[in-house]
Amino acid sequence: MQETAWQVSLVLMLMITFGVVFVAINSGKREEEYGPLVKRAYSFRTKLFWAVALVFFPAMIYNLMGLPYSPKAVASSGPAQVINVTGHMWYWEMDRDQVEPNQPVDIRVTSADVNHGFGIYDSDLRLIAQAQAMPGYTNVIHITFPKEGTYRVLCMEYCGVAHHNMMTEIKVGKS
Amino acid sequence: MATYTYTPVPDQGAKAGVLAYLVISCVVLLLMMLFGLLMRMEQAQMISIGALWFYKIMTLHGAGMVGIVALAGAAIMWHFLRQYVDLSTGIFMANLILFLTGVVMILASVLLGDFHAAWTFLFPLPTTSMGMWSPGAAALFMGGLLVIGVGFVLLHLDIARAIISRYGGLGRGLGWPQLFGPDDGNAPPPAVVASTMVTIVNLIGLVVGASILVMMLINVYVPTFEIDALLAKGMIYFFGHVFINAVIYMAVIAVYEILPRYTQRPWKSNKVFLASWTASTIMVMFIFPHHLLMDYAYPKWFLIMGHIIGYLNTFPILIVTGYGAMMIVYRSGIRWDMCSRLLFVSLFGWAVGAMPAFIDGTITVNYVMHNTLWVPGHFHTYLLLGMVAMVFGFMYYLGKPNENAPDSALDVAAFWGFVIGTMGFTMSFLYSGKISAARRYAEHLPEWVPYDKIASYFAMLLIASVLVFIFRFLTRLGLASRDYQRASLARSMAT
Ligand code: HEM
Ligand SMILES: [Cu+2]
Repeated sequence: MQETAWQVSLVLMLMITFGVVFVAINSGKREEEYGPLVKRAYSFRTKLFWAVALVFFPAMIYNLMGLPYSPKAVASSGPAQVINVTGHMWYWEMDRDQVEPNQPVDIRVTSADVNHGFGIYDSDLRLIAQAQAMPGYTNVIHITFPKEGTYRVLCMEYCGVAHHNMMTEIKVGKS
Repeated sequence: MATYTYTPVPDQGAKAGVLAYLVISCVVLLLMMLFGLLMRMEQAQMISIGALWFYKIMTLHGAGMVGIVALAGAAIMWHFLRQYVDLSTGIFMANLILFLTGVVMILASVLLGDFHAAWTFLFPLPTTSMGMWSPGAAALFMGGLLVIGVGFVLLHLDIARAIISRYGGLGRGLGWPQLFGPDDGNAPPPAVVASTMVTIVNLIGLVVGASILVMMLINVYVPTFEIDALLAKGMIYFFGHVFINAVIYMAVIAVYEILPRYTQRPWKSNKVFLASWTASTIMVMFIFPHHLLMDYAYPKWFLIMGHIIGYLNTFPILIVTGYGAMMIVYRSGIRWDMCSRLLFVSLFGWAVGAMPAFIDGTITVNYVMHNTLWVPGHFHTYLLLGMVAMVFGFMYYLGKPNENAPDSALDVAAFWGFVIGTMGFTMSFLYSGKISAARRYAEHLPEWVPYDKIASYFAMLLIASVLVFIFRFLTRLGLASRDYQRASLARSMAT
């Protein structure tokens, strides 16, 4: 996902760069009559509008699929394994830290004091899921760990002076 | 009816008040940039100031930057708007005094009281300090924000009054008669339309912000006065998002006003322009859920709204304002000087920074990129290379010795240093976000450190360039208040 976001951003940013450089290069020689130029520019803009819209709207809708808010339908679904998590300044309290791979896990995240963020990192240190830990509310991360191994948990919401030390681990593997 | 002839308007010098705003902006901006550099170097392990100082500086940098760019944006807006409507200098100065009062309170809270709950003062962190700061320090910080907010409310009320008395209503200020009826060509100029938009959204944003600040201030001393954390977060981000975005919409007035003077082409408030500003008025107020996507407790429709408006919001920026600037410059024979360069590049910075921003507003992306360095990556792009470039462009405009004054090689080098420094700095942030480096970490994991180092060098280049900009403006202050022709005329085949 991060890779895609990065590449799409780069492509869009480059396209804008080309447009701006094109205009800068063509800024030197003056076309005295602005009216005709505006007409051409407006008709190009209409095309541009539709081109952008035709890419953006489907992308926007497409990206509304697979939202993290509800569990994904999984083939091998049994009852989900549940981890109850409470964030404290500045440590994580979890009622279990070991789950089975390839089976759904519900991580129920809340906080005992201030806002924290429960971020799960895989062994390549890539963020794979997160939810806010907010006092008075419980957010549920629905996740299925594909691989055995140790996943790191980092705090994703600033919570004071030891925020960056608020780490723990989830072990994924047969018990 | 639309005509495409340009009617020259004389360049006016800045009032003393505007110059006071700008000089203070220079000083604070530079100091906050140095603070930013310190943070980046701490993460890069090039220096060692410790977590407490890191977070104190982070709190100052966030509050200070947001405040100072608002001040600079207000200076630009006020300078041009008063050429169309009748604004009160007294209120303009009252805002400055309230601002400085608030700044002193915030500085005292952080430096003397060790307050470090970040500029977003997310409830209940300010009142839950684990003994790191006192309730008094928290109250001082929030009180300082409140005082600054009151100043801006006054300023916007005066602007609203002036626009209403000149045009007959805020709807007219947004050009609604021309937008929804026949375009008689009498819509207010872009500077007025933008000021109206900013005034509407900021008044609403500031009232919401002040409400949550007052609630939290009560909570400091009366803990039984309970506040719902989810509600508090929604209110804070509504205010914060509106306020920081309004800053860009204020500063862009410099582009609307000055680029036409260089190209002798008009920037008209036509239907598309008016529609885009009305759309922005609404969208900037309803887009804030994109900060809350990882709070599953909000209603789903609310979060999806954030996602959708995030996509839509890019249209006015790209297709109307960005494109409009391209149109006015294309084959215009514009003479490039420091002012026109900076204003032109500012729209590039704004548009290019909006790309990673809306991508982050995609819920499935946000799931793995929220609160990573991707976020400061995109907002530093459009704030530095967009908003701040507009401010410096405006300063070069005010200080330009005469119409045909050439730029020194040092200034031109500083321009490129600024562009390259900023892009390098923000791209390193974005890349760090791509590799999942968390934001607001005083200490980075070893895997993240190489990019922190690269970012620090680019930040140094950027700050060195800004030093030149600031030096140049301060040495030309005497010119800035005089009325004379500044914008170079476009190269013309006719003359
Ligand atoms: C030389 C210029 C600048 C440098 C080196 C710099 C550096 C930084 C750094 C290192 C951070 C913390 C990133 C993290 O979360 O780890 C940060 C955050 C931030 N910066 Fe800047 N910055 C600069 C300019 C600006 C400008 C012009 C603004 C304008 C508004 C700004 C607004 C902010 C804000 C709002 C934050 C968020 C603070 C928080 O997370 O609480 N910065 N900056
Ligand atoms: Cu934290």
